[in-house]
Amino acid sequence: MAKNLLQKIWDAHTVRQLPNGQTQLFIGLHLIHEVTSPQAFAMVRERGWKVRFPQRTVATVDHIVPTHDQSRPFQDALAEQMMSAIEKNCNEFGIKLYDLNSDNQGVVHVLGPELGLTQPGMTVACGDSHTSTHGAFGSVAFGIGTSQVRDVLATQTLAMDPLKVRRIEVNGELPPGTFAKDIILSIIRKLGVKGGVGYAYEFAGSTIENLSMEERMSICNMSIEGGARVGYINPDQTTFDYLRGREYAPQGEAFDRAVEWWKSLASGPDADYDDVVKMSAEEIEPTVTWGINPSQSVKISEKLPSPESVPSDEKGSVEEALEYMDFKANTPIQGVKIDVAFIGSCTNGRISDLREAAKIAKGKKVADGVKALVVPGSKKVLEQAESEGLHEIFIDAGFEWRDAGCSMCLAMNPDKLQGREVCASSSNRNFKGRQGSPTGRTLLMSPAMVAAAAVSGEVVDARDI
Amino acid sequence: MTDNESSKIQAISGRGIAVRGDDIDTDRIIPARFLRCVTFDGLENHAFEDDRRDLSGQVTGDHPFDKEQFQGANILVANNNFGCGSSREHAPQSLVRWGIQAFIAESFAEIFFGNCVALGTPCVVVSSEDSEKLQDYIEANPNGELSIDLESRKIKTSDFEIDLTIPDGPREAFLNGTWDATGQLLSGLDQVDEVAKALPYVSGF
Repeated sequence: MAKNLLQKIWDAHTVRQLPNGQTQLFIGLHLIHEVTSPQAFAMVRERGWKVRFPQRTVATVDHIVPTHDQSRPFQDALAEQMMSAIEKNCNEFGIKLYDLNSDNQGVVHVLGPELGLTQPGMTVACGDSHTSTHGAFGSVAFGIGTSQVRDVLATQTLAMDPLKVRRIEVNGELPPGTFAKDIILSIIRKLGVKGGVGYAYEFAGSTIENLSMEERMSICNMSIEGGARVGYINPDQTTFDYLRGREYAPQGEAFDRAVEWWKSLASGPDADYDDVVKMSAEEIEPTVTWGINPSQSVKISEKLPSPESVPSDEKGSVEEALEYMDFKANTPIQGVKIDVAFIGSCTNGRISDLREAAKIAKGKKVADGVKALVVPGSKKVLEQAESEGLHEIFIDAGFEWRDAGCSMCLAMNPDKLQGREVCASSSNRNFKGRQGSPTGRTLLMSPAMVAAAAVSGEVVDARDI
Repeated sequence: MTDNESSKIQAISGRGIAVRGDDIDTDRIIPARFLRCVTFDGLENHAFEDDRRDLSGQVTGDHPFDKEQFQGANILVANNNFGCGSSREHAPQSLVRWGIQAFIAESFAEIFFGNCVALGTPCVVVSSEDSEKLQDYIEANPNGELSIDLESRKIKTSDFEIDLTIPDGPREAFLNGTWDATGQLLSGLDQVDEVAKALPYVSGF
C-alpha cells in the first residue's frame, strides 16, 4: 500500500524520533494571534531563548478586535493590553504582524489562505483549534496550546504523537440550496463529536472535489468539531488555481515546480487508510444544530430527537441539551424563533459566504426584533464585498455591516448575545455560553440559512425564500 | 529542561473530584471572556464559572467545585471527550491552578490532552464503567485516597484497583521527566536546520 498525504508530509517534516517515541516535527507555517501567544512569548523571554525562525511565524489580530469602533485605545482595557502585547512581541522578535492598520488584517484562518501563506505540503500550527481550516490546501494543519506555541517559537518544531487517517468519501451531486456547511454538519452528526479523536480526516470523493477552495475551508475548519485535530483535502487544480498569483505563493517558474511537488503529495488511488467512511451527497439537506454540541443537528425537514429515540449513551446529552435550549422533543426545527443572526467567522466569513447570504437578503427586511450582523472574515473580504455592492444589500435589508474580526463566534469582543437570546449563526460552535452570554443559545447553519432566518424571524428553509 | 530528575512523575495520589457529563468543552471549563489576559494568573477563580450558576446567574452550590468536601481535591474524574473544543491552554491552566494534578476520564479531546502533557499533568483513560465507578467512589468517600501509578498502569482506591491506559510517548515523558518538551526539541536544532533546508517551500522551490 502507498502512503497517504498525511504520511508523506509527516515524513518530510520529521526531524527525529524523541527518546519517548514521539516525533519531533518541523512546522512550516506558524500563525499567531493576540489571545494564545502572550504567555508563550513571556516564557521564551523568561528562559532567555530566541525565536528560531521568525520569518516562519506570521501574526494577526482577530479575537478581541471590536467590529464597529476600532479606534485605539480600545474601550476594553484588557483588549487594549492584549493588543499592545502582540505589537511589542512581534516588534521585539522580528515577526510580521498584520495589525488593524494593515489592509490584510482578518481572522487568522481567513488571512493565511488569502495571502498564499498556506500552501500544500506544509505543516501549519496555530494556537487555535480551527487551524484545521488550512488542511483544505493539502497541508497538515492543527491547533496547539500556548506551551506548544512557545515550543514552535523557540525551535520551529513540536513533539507529536502519530495520527491515524480516516478517509471520508462524499460522492454525488450536492442538492441545490445545500452548502459545504451542511456537508460538514452531516459528517459530524454521523461520526459524532469525538469520532475523530486520534485521526486526521481526509475529505475526498466527487462532491468534495467539486467544491471551491472557500467551501473546502469550511469543511476542514470544522474537523475539530468532530474530534479530528487535522482535516485535509488532497491538492488539485482548484487548489493551484486559487494559489497562483497570491502574495506569498511561489512566483513564475517556481510556481510550476511547486505544483509538481504538490501533486506528488496527494494520496494516490492505492493509498493506505486506517478507516474509510462513505456518504452520499444526495442525502444532504440544509442542516441546523438544535443542541449544545455540533453533532446535535437535524435536517431542516426533521424534528428534534427525544431522549427515548437515541442510543442509551446519548440519552443524557440529549436531555441536557433540550433542557438548556428550552426546546421540546419531537418538535420541528422550522419555526424556532430567533433573536440574533450572525454571519461571519473563520468557518463562513469569506466572500462566497457573503454572496450566498446577500442573495437571500436582497430586497427583504430583517424581521422585527431581530438583530442581524454581517462580519467579513478579513479586510480583503470586506473590500471585495463592498466592490460588489453586497454591503448595500445587507444595509438596505437592516443588517449591520461590520469590520473584520471573530466577532460573535466566541464573543471576546463587544459582540455578544444577551441573556437567553437565540442566535442563528454561521459560526462553528454551539456550546453553552459560547456566544458571550452564559445562558445564550446558538443554532449553527449555513450563511444562506442564517440570512433566511434573519428576514423571517425564525428558522426556515432558505430554499423556500 | 536540564534537571529531569525533579520533573519525573511516576505516581500521583490524593483526593478525587468527580465532574460528570460527556463532552465538557473548554468554553465551559473557562469561558472566553476570561481569556482577555496576558498571563494565566487568577484563572483558577473562574474554572467552570458558568456551569456553577443557574440561568439567573446565581451560584447553585451543586457543582463539585463549590462543595466543601471536594476542596483540596487534586485528581479530577470526568467522562467522555473531556476538554473538547477550543485549544485554549487556559482551560487546563485554570484547573491546574485550582489544584488538579491529574485527570482520569473515559476519553479526552486531543488538544486538551497535549496541553496537559506540556503542563506535566497526566491524563489517563479508563473504561466507561470504571470512570463511573471512580466517580461513585469519590462521591461516597470524599476523603478517600486515589492513587494513579503510571509505571504499573493502575489506579487504586481503598476499595478496588483498576487498569488505566495512556499512550506510550506521554507516559515515557512523565516517567523520564521530559514532558516539558522544549529542552529536548532545542537539543536537536542542527537536525532541524537540515530538515528545513530539504523542504522545497523553505528553499524556494
